[in-house]
Amino acid sequence: MAEESGTQPDTGAAEAVHTGHPTPLTYFKVAMTLSAITAVEVGVFYVEDLGKGIIPILAVLSIAKFAMVAMFYMHLRYDSRLFTTFFVAGVVLAVSVALAVLTLFRFFA
Amino acid sequence: MAQATAVAHEGEHEETTTGLSHRKLLMWAFLGSDCMFFGSLIATYLVYQNKSKVGPFPEDVFSIPTTSVSTFVLLMSSMSMVLAYSALTRGSQKTFRIWLLSTAIMGMTFLAFQVFEFRDFADHELEFHCSEVDLSAGPIVADDHTLTAFQRNQLKEQCDAGKEEAVVDHGLTPRTNLFGTTFFTLTGFHGAHVTLGVIWLLSLFFYSFRQGGASASRELDIDLAALYWHFVDVVWIVIFTVVYLFGVFPGI
Repeated sequence: MAEESGTQPDTGAAEAVHTGHPTPLTYFKVAMTLSAITAVEVGVFYVEDLGKGIIPILAVLSIAKFAMVAMFYMHLRYDSRLFTTFFVAGVVLAVSVALAVLTLFRFFA
Repeated sequence: MAQATAVAHEGEHEETTTGLSHRKLLMWAFLGSDCMFFGSLIATYLVYQNKSKVGPFPEDVFSIPTTSVSTFVLLMSSMSMVLAYSALTRGSQKTFRIWLLSTAIMGMTFLAFQVFEFRDFADHELEFHCSEVDLSAGPIVADDHTLTAFQRNQLKEQCDAGKEEAVVDHGLTPRTNLFGTTFFTLTGFHGAHVTLGVIWLLSLFFYSFRQGGASASRELDIDLAALYWHFVDVVWIVIFTVVYLFGVFPGI
């Protein structure tokens, strides 16, 4: 993208060297992975023996999906780190505010 | 008009102090702030979780298989959105339009699921066998729910009328209980975001038929819409886990 020519793309992303973005095949693979993770989430949900152990499992799977969409579909992996900073700052603030509210109302007690 | 378009395109490539598009930077700043908006709504939902005095509760109304399908539809819409963007950058206008329209249709499908779900929640009912109900023995409890005075009167009227089975309204609306209020506020605002996204995508789709509407010079316009659409997707990823899966799981 012309307006971002001054940015430093992730050198580890070989595909991005020529186009600045992944190929449609990569997008498809990401979609299949997201679908598989969703299927695992729903599958895990029906395992009642897990009890409260389901919380960290579902949380990790959810974070993985969130990260994949942000990195590949929103192109944060390939775009300027300033975009990542703006978004991550918002996410960190949101999580902090949520944790503060939950603590204030004794959610974890 | 052509002159105006040219000016607009020049604006997209203007030199900036960061070397980045200010429009795109603004979009990321907006998405960051929207994270805090949804973070607050999700926290509020969690604070009032299991605090409702009367039903229905999440386990009464949620249908995980149905919501899983709508979640899958939204995930696939993200893929089609990114494929539309990819097609535009490769100069394939026809493919771009197909994927863009597919994204909008999948967005509308997700909204249809949401409308169906809300309607289903509002129409939720409890069934009783009048022969097994003793209206004179204090509060009536069914499936762990103590009936309200209104529900009790509904039951009494039907049983007094000689019916064998009575149906009592047990619908969930924003006014029913704390669960209804926080649930509809959270998912309603998400639905509003999806609706706005669908309108945006359809606008881009119809605009693409104008001269230069689907040219590579419109890349940033599509990129901004795509960012918004993917954001709506990641918010739903969190809502699906926190509200639906955590909300119904019996061990939590």
